Parts: sequence; structure tokens; C-alpha cells
Amino acid sequence: MKTLRELFRDSRFSLGAAVLFVLVVLALLSFFSPYDPTEWRVVPRDMPPSWEHLLGTNSMGQDVFWRMTFAARNSLIVAVFGAIISRAIAVTVGLVAGYSGGIVDRVLMFISDGFMVIPLFLILVLLAMLIREHMNLVNMALLFGIVGWPWDTRLIRSQILSLREREFTYTAILSGTPTRKLIFNEYFPFIIPLVLATFINHTAFVVGMEMTLALIGLTDLTIPTLGAMLQWAVSYQAILLGLWWWLSVPIGVAVALFVALYLVSVSISVYLDPRARIQRVGAR
Amino acid sequence: MRFVRRYLVPRLIQYVLVLWLGITVIFFIPRLMPSDPVEAQINTLLLQGTFLGPAVVEEMTGILREMYGLKGGLLEQYVSFWRRLFSGDFGPSLFMFPTPVIQLIGQSLPWTVGLLLVSTVLGWIIGNISGGLTGYFRQSRILRVFDGMAMFVRPIPYYIMALMLIILFAYLLPVFPLGGALVIGTEFSFTWSIVWNLFKHAFLPLMSLSLLGVAVNHQTMRLIIQNVKQEDYIWYAKIGAVKERTIFARYAMRNAILPQITGLTLSLGQIFGGALITEIVFSYPGIGWLLFRAIILTDYNLIMGITTISIVAIITGILIIDLLYPLFDPRIRFK
Repeated sequence: MKTLRELFRDSRFSLGAAVLFVLVVLALLSFFSPYDPTEWRVVPRDMPPSWEHLLGTNSMGQDVFWRMTFAARNSLIVAVFGAIISRAIAVTVGLVAGYSGGIVDRVLMFISDGFMVIPLFLILVLLAMLIREHMNLVNMALLFGIVGWPWDTRLIRSQILSLREREFTYTAILSGTPTRKLIFNEYFPFIIPLVLATFINHTAFVVGMEMTLALIGLTDLTIPTLGAMLQWAVSYQAILLGLWWWLSVPIGVAVALFVALYLVSVSISVYLDPRARIQRVGAR
Repeated sequence: MRFVRRYLVPRLIQYVLVLWLGITVIFFIPRLMPSDPVEAQINTLLLQGTFLGPAVVEEMTGILREMYGLKGGLLEQYVSFWRRLFSGDFGPSLFMFPTPVIQLIGQSLPWTVGLLLVSTVLGWIIGNISGGLTGYFRQSRILRVFDGMAMFVRPIPYYIMALMLIILFAYLLPVFPLGGALVIGTEFSFTWSIVWNLFKHAFLPLMSLSLLGVAVNHQTMRLIIQNVKQEDYIWYAKIGAVKERTIFARYAMRNAILPQITGLTLSLGQIFGGALITEIVFSYPGIGWLLFRAIILTDYNLIMGITTISIVAIITGILIIDLLYPLFDPRIRFK
């Protein structure tokens, strides 16, 4: 609670959190939607925004506002699950590499360094190409979960390396604490804040990658996500037809989401930075 | 000699290992998948309404299997994959038959390399200078505005930026063309009007790539230079009445630029992915646009070729930057 109060002092965090809150509320609104998002021609086509249709309607005869709520919901679900999977891999690899050291450490670090320089986008395209027919939300989360962990693995590993040399590790080992207990009880409290900060970054990464793959037609476009919404608007030439509300809604939501996630993650990493912490304590 | 042993040889070994890792991953991805690309290919053909007798299907499966290099045991496939890679033979494109894949990539590669090179260099230089200035002269109000802008631009992905630029400068204010690289039907030559035309078409893609590069470099550079500014040697230089401008350019920037070069090598893969997307949004005739068409047409050979060549190119590009690194870092040069 105290942490949260301190974080909210940072205007960047409060702004980001407020925008995220609005987006989550929008996503929750989808449960009250009067229309089925997969059905076409339920409302008049190409209507500009009005009281009846808050953000207008598109060329497929769907209400843009209600479709957007579904898109926000699905994109957030994929992003959160993708981030959880990827965090699990990052923590496991980082822990094993950092704790065991030696040849295991070197092999694992070589693999993660290798994945850092290889363009992820191409690997994702190759993978998505092959499971194209099965690109539902679960598979999408899995697909985005198995990439993007190397950076954070490195971070976690270095944290473990420094923790391993601390006094309390020796005390624990000498007093016969099992390794599992040592890791879960003693090391995890140090790692969890790190994982949280990178979790937010990966969420943004997944939303972005989902939109990218949708834009090149590699996801299931019948599932309303931000990417699918954008793809429909682009492929129906919404710009040239002057249907600005159709195209700008997914873009606007995406920009708001990315900026909000970024602000929150910057503010959290500043909070976690020991130098900033000293400043904060000193200022009071 | 020590430079060769301590820096060059380990770096080259690392290059070979990473290359091996990347190519091996590409090799195994299609083979670990539950769906068979050959079956998928034949299904697509059948779905398009082509009638094929069972015997023909059988024969085609055999031919396709050979073309994809899916014949024989895993080890045999792996060896032949590498052999084909070294001879640059990725087979013919399936949908622009019988043009070899390597030729299609050869036509597109210069566009991508040009776009990537100009935008990366531009973003890197501008971002580092503005970030350096903002980090060093914290009091300046005007420079703080840059900070705010970078904060907003940084998290936006490439394609969103590209779409926003299209809406702004090609639709609302029709200054620049919507897409393409040249007016249709023109051949490239060095005349004034054609070069101007080329520039006009390349401007928006370049902008969307380098704006983000500026923002990213600005932010990291600002943080680095803030730390450098607290170093003792800066303090001594100030006491010694060295001019502020000299301290900034020759002491602070010179030291802060080194991690930025390393950062550039690490982010090159990301920038490359971004360039591919930007090309798709702008219908720019580079590798990204080729990849997009290959995906739409499920041209598996072409996709494999593009992925393999791009990964080799990116890893080699990173190697080149790393080998140039000693030119900037005296500590490595004089060792």
C-alpha cells in the first residue's frame, strides 16, 4: 500500500495508471455489448459518430465503439497471458543460469544472447505462418510468450549472481536450507519487483506484435483484437473513403495503451532504482 | 597481435556460433510444427478449385517435398540445408515460378538496405546529439520540450507511426505520395526529376523509422550523459576552466557515445523488423513488401529465403559494427 502511494506521487505513474484504468473499463464494457462482434450488417453502414453510435459504424455494418471494447479486451488478455508465459521462461532460465553457473550458465547465456540479435519479427512470422489456421487467443498468447525473454533473463541472472554472494546465502546454506526453499523464500522477494517492471514492457511488446502480425494477415481476423480492427480498416481503404473514425479508433486506443504502459514502466523502474530511492528518502 | 587474440578471434567465434544458432532455429521451426507445409500447400491448391487426381497429388507431394528439402532423414536434410545456404540456392519462388527466390530478394534488398541505413544513421546521430544536449544542459527549457516529445514518441510502434504519418501528410495534407518507391512506369536513372521523385516517395518511410530512432537514442543518451556529467574528470575540467563547449563535445560526449554503439548493435534486429513493417504500410518495394506478398500467396520457399538471408545479413551487420568499435574506443585500440 505504501509502495502504491509512493508511486502515485509520480505524475507519470498516475497518468499512465489512469489511462490504463479507462482502457480496462472499456474492455469490461464489452460484456454489456448490445451487438455480437462477429456479426456483420447489424447497424447501418459507414455512419459518422453520433449519439446512437458513439464512434460511428464501419463498412461491415458494425458499431465501432462496441467492437473496440471487444478488441481492447482480447488484446489485453493475449498481452497479459503472453507476458506471464514469457516471464515464467525468463525467471526459470535466469534462476538456473545464475544459480548453477559454469557450463550450464554459459550455454544458456549463449542461447539467450543469440536470440537477442536475431530479428524476432521474422521468427514470429515463420511460426505464425505455420500455425496460421489455429491462431486463436490461446495460441497467440503462447506464440508471443515464447519470445522476448532473453533481455529479462539477463537481468534476473545478474541479480541472482549478486544475491548468491551475499552473506545471507552463506548463512542459509550453512544452516542447511534446501535450495528450493532458499530460492523461493530468500531470492524471490528480490526478483519479483524486477519481473513486474519487465512484465509491463512485455505486455506492450505483445500488443504491438499482435497488431503487426494482424496487419500482414497472419492472425485470425474474425477474432476482434486491436490488430484485426486495424487490419479491416486498412484493407477496406478507410482513409481513401474518408471513414476517419474507423481507422483512428484502433490507432488511438493503441497509442493510449502504449504510452500508458510506457509511463507506468518508466515510473516503476525509476522507483526500483536504488539511486532514485536515496533521493526520495533524502527529499523528505 | 593482442587485439587480434583478445578481441577479433572471440568475436568471430561468437559470430559463427550465433549464425549457427539462427540458421538451426529456422531449420527446426517448420519441422517441429504439427502441420506439414507440403500438405498445407496442396490443400491450398485444392481449395482454389483445382482438380487433381490422387496419382498427381502423390507425385506433387514428392516433388514439393524435394523442393522444400524435406526429403530423407533429419541429419541429411540439415546438411543439405546448409549446402543450399552456401550456394545461395533457395529454390524457385512458387508463385512467381520459375524466378529463383534469390533473384527476387536481390531486387528488393537494395531498397531495404538503403532505407535502413539512412534512417538508422539519421536517427542515431540526431537522437544522440539532442539527448546529449538535453542531458548536459538540464536547465534549458527548450531542450526539456524534446524530453516530453521523446516520451510520447518512444512507445509508439513503427507501423502506427507510419499510419499516422500517412493520414497527416498523404491524406489530410497531400504533400507526399501514399506509397510506392517511384512513379509507376519509370526506370531508375540519375536525373534530377527521378531523384527528387525517389526522395519524395522515401520521405515518409524514412521519417517514421528515424523519428522513433531519434526518440530511443535521445532517451538513452540523456541518461548516460547525466551519469557521465557527475564523473570526476568533468569536474576537474570545469575547475581547470576548460570551455563548457569543449567539455561537452570532447569529454562528455566522447565517453557517452561508446555504450550507444553497443546499443545500436543490439537493437539492429528490432529496427530491421520495424523497417519491414514500414515497407508494408508504404508499399515500399523492399524485403518487407516482398515478405508481405509471400505471406499472402503462401509462397513458402520465398518466406524461408527471406528469413534466412535477413538473419544472415543482420548478424553480419552487427559483426561489422562490432569490428568498427575499436575505432571509437581507445581502450581496445591501445591494448
